[in-house]
Amino acid sequence: MFVLQINGEARAVDGPGDMPLLWVLRDLLGLTGTKFGCGIAQCGACTVHLDGQAVRSCVLPMSAVGNKAITTVEAVGRTESGQKIQQAWLAVDVVQCGYCQSGQIMSAAALLARNANPSDADIDAAMSGNICRCATYVRIRAAIKQAATGNAEVPQTIAPESRASQAPAVRVPQAQMPRGAVS
Amino acid sequence: MKKLYVDALKSGAGLSVSQEARWQGEARRENCTAQENCTVGSAREHSELSPYASRSAPGAVKVDRRTALKFGGLSIAFLWTATSGTASAAINARRQPGDAAAALADGNPPFAPNAFIRIDADGQVRLVMPNVEMGQGIYTGASMMLAEELEVGIDQIKIEHAPPNEELYSMPLLGGQITGGSTSTRGHWGVLREAGAVARTVLIAAAAARWRVDPAACSAARGVVTLIGTQGGSGRSLSYGALAKAAGALPMPKQVSLKDPKNFKLIGKPLRRVDSADKVTGATQFGIDVRVPGMKIATVRACPTLGGRVRGINDKRTRAVAGVVDVIVLDHAVAVVGEHFWAAKQGLDALDIEWELGDNAELTTAALRSALSDASLGGKSIVAREVGKKPVDGKLVEATYQLPMLAHATMEPLNTTVWVTAAKCEIWVGTQVPTRCVSEAAKITGLSEDKVVLHNQYLGGGFGRRLETDSVEQAVRFATKVGYPLKVIWTREEDIRHDIVRPMYHDKISAVLGSDGRPVWYGDRVCGGTVLGRWAPMAMEKNGLDDDLVECVAEVPYEIPNLKVEWVRHDMPEGVIVGWWRGVGPTHNLFVVESFMDELAHTAGKDPLEYRRALLSKNPRSLALLNLAAEKIGWGSALPARVARGIALGEPFGSRVCLIVEVEVTAQGEVRLRRAVVALDCGIAINPSSVEAQVQGGVLFGLSAALYSEITLKQGAIEQSNFHDYRSLRINETPSVELYRIDSNETPGGLGEVGTAIAAPALGNAIFAATGVRLRSLPVDRSLLVKDADALREVVV
Repeated sequence: MFVLQINGEARAVDGPGDMPLLWVLRDLLGLTGTKFGCGIAQCGACTVHLDGQAVRSCVLPMSAVGNKAITTVEAVGRTESGQKIQQAWLAVDVVQCGYCQSGQIMSAAALLARNANPSDADIDAAMSGNICRCATYVRIRAAIKQAATGNAEVPQTIAPESRASQAPAVRVPQAQMPRGAVS
Repeated sequence: MKKLYVDALKSGAGLSVSQEARWQGEARRENCTAQENCTVGSAREHSELSPYASRSAPGAVKVDRRTALKFGGLSIAFLWTATSGTASAAINARRQPGDAAAALADGNPPFAPNAFIRIDADGQVRLVMPNVEMGQGIYTGASMMLAEELEVGIDQIKIEHAPPNEELYSMPLLGGQITGGSTSTRGHWGVLREAGAVARTVLIAAAAARWRVDPAACSAARGVVTLIGTQGGSGRSLSYGALAKAAGALPMPKQVSLKDPKNFKLIGKPLRRVDSADKVTGATQFGIDVRVPGMKIATVRACPTLGGRVRGINDKRTRAVAGVVDVIVLDHAVAVVGEHFWAAKQGLDALDIEWELGDNAELTTAALRSALSDASLGGKSIVAREVGKKPVDGKLVEATYQLPMLAHATMEPLNTTVWVTAAKCEIWVGTQVPTRCVSEAAKITGLSEDKVVLHNQYLGGGFGRRLETDSVEQAVRFATKVGYPLKVIWTREEDIRHDIVRPMYHDKISAVLGSDGRPVWYGDRVCGGTVLGRWAPMAMEKNGLDDDLVECVAEVPYEIPNLKVEWVRHDMPEGVIVGWWRGVGPTHNLFVVESFMDELAHTAGKDPLEYRRALLSKNPRSLALLNLAAEKIGWGSALPARVARGIALGEPFGSRVCLIVEVEVTAQGEVRLRRAVVALDCGIAINPSSVEAQVQGGVLFGLSAALYSEITLKQGAIEQSNFHDYRSLRINETPSVELYRIDSNETPGGLGEVGTAIAAPALGNAIFAATGVRLRSLPVDRSLLVKDADALREVVV
């Protein structure tokens, strides 16, 4: 029996100590936002925070976690950097299939928490462990910069009116929209 | 296939093709022999009344080959297989009033005018998505098309996955409930707007009846019908919810009118995706996230040698693993079931399996390639298109291009959850082919299809892999052996080693140049296996041609008077199964054609841009794209040594696209992507934000494959197994990708695969311009690009 600090709660878990945190979260606790992609720390889909650091939960045995605070995508919005990242992700509309995006968001939130204004090289270093097969990378980069600076980096998507509270919808004049050069 | 297509029209068998052609806006009005039934409804003719009630009337429309090809390789092949009335069923599809079960499944909405729209008594508008969402943004695009005509806000809707139902949710362009071939927007552009307009018309009629006024005196917006001139007045507006019951009792209109595009409120706006909010919080449920009470989790291993079988197992060590529940053996694969995935995985790793490798035990990629080359030389071909004759005089240019097998490597590994009981088989899976899954499950379980219930899920990537049912069939077979719900998850290793790979190709392309350097004839002898031949063999019965194999080479954007395009069929050995891969035929053929166009330019001593320009004088839409892309990247400006640009131009999937890629090739032969500029003409862009996302992602997906991807076989087994040896592009390798659109009111073209299809030739042409090395096979072989021997001794910083 292990007691893990997950998203601010102590959770008792009955499972083998060598069981990777990924499967503890998904199969024992029902926190399925954290994804299985490769099982060998090559793709980053399983990224969670351990005391604020981005780690690959698919290769992290439960027994190695100890008392460290685990944060998953379900709760990262409660952190300042996580909230900024999620809002920027919506304003830029990063996601496609979305499967890797939990991991992308966790890596990006950890980056922003330790580096308030990351350069392109910082973004490369922090994010190159996260594969996106839809290749949303151009928008990921834009969203991280937007989260850091608060400035609209690229044309913004228009949010549905009634859900505007979930994210700041930056309206851009239509004339600027159709030929959105992004880089 | 042209013949098949027209024959289908004549016989009235082809999906009421008149409508489909009408939506494509490609059929020419003057060709209609039954004018009243085949009005050509391009966006330019937006205001005409839609002959809603006469949908199923057979209209004979002549559609030339070029038109047919624009539907995309995957699609045409299926056109003639569509059964009569499929499209009209999709339009007219009403939930049958007497079908209590369907009504219950829908939540008993008082107003369900067709297969796509449900309005509940509380006013909730539910839209049922005929296609599946695998990242391409179709849930947003389809919602916009429906909501535009229904007159509701995109914030006022709830989205539902469609259940498997060929009659209600068949894709008109494919003749089945299939998501693929970049057809979703093209195929539903008419269907969904019309479905929305029908619902709106009936709701307005209900309000008008209540108020005893002419419907023309009413207007609708944001889910409310208002009596014109009475806004704000009491009792003179009614919500859709308040009208739903009355609307449900009204007859369907004989005709509805569609909006003039200039009045679009949603279409053309860069709206946020309807699925984004849940995807950034981890709340979206993908197939792999499904949890069913009492469920156990399995992971599987099939014989690594393709086509091999299980001879026997020793599960003593497996059974000793804590949490292991069962070990299940099938002919070709073994599953270990656990209380959780980790137990199953540990158990599988501990399992001793003896394999019977079968006929492919010695098979290698080299052997496959050599057999393909032999077939190309000596095999019998089917001529796909021939115009004129090969001239005797002129300069002959010849080249052989080769493309590798590719895996899909969707981010979400393959998985299926199945619960089989004596009375029912319930399946939870993200699939591009829900009805095919149902029929396969019915065959395996012996249950009738109505006893197979499939719950479609969000797909963590598809790329064509989820057009296959192999993993679903396997899961059903395993599940029939146990009494509990079973979730089967393939490891990444299993996912890649048992991918249904994109076929390898060996193409001999040639051209004869006139004295001015322009091609007067070109020929392409495509050689490779067919996917269609397995997937839908009936689509090839007439002449044996798989049109996908010649898509984007049988027709090219350029003015070349004579040509001959043929295909030599060469199937892989039994057990090596090939499948659709993002971009299908165009991804394959555009690499060959557009690389070769550069070779011709080089042979003629012309700049690749100028050479293409000269051949596009009769194709203004594509010429405009070429010029736009060239202008935006600054074609011709000075660049450092070993930095250069490459162009590719194509007309895949009903869209037109020009990509220019700028690369640097290091002295050591490493290729760095510096910049990509895309010019696109996709007709009406439903959601410009999604268009940009699809093109950016598509281009990068194609560049990733061209740079890194190849599946190889050794002892009949796929050698790659995970992202360390089946490499995928990462953010630090990603260039800027700029999109410039030329807007028009043409009907929307396909988008999901356009970027992918155009990527590789632009890359290859840029590498040639940077190094002088022409790459005629993929992926990029860096050893050919090393500057000189000394370069390899340099320390790279």
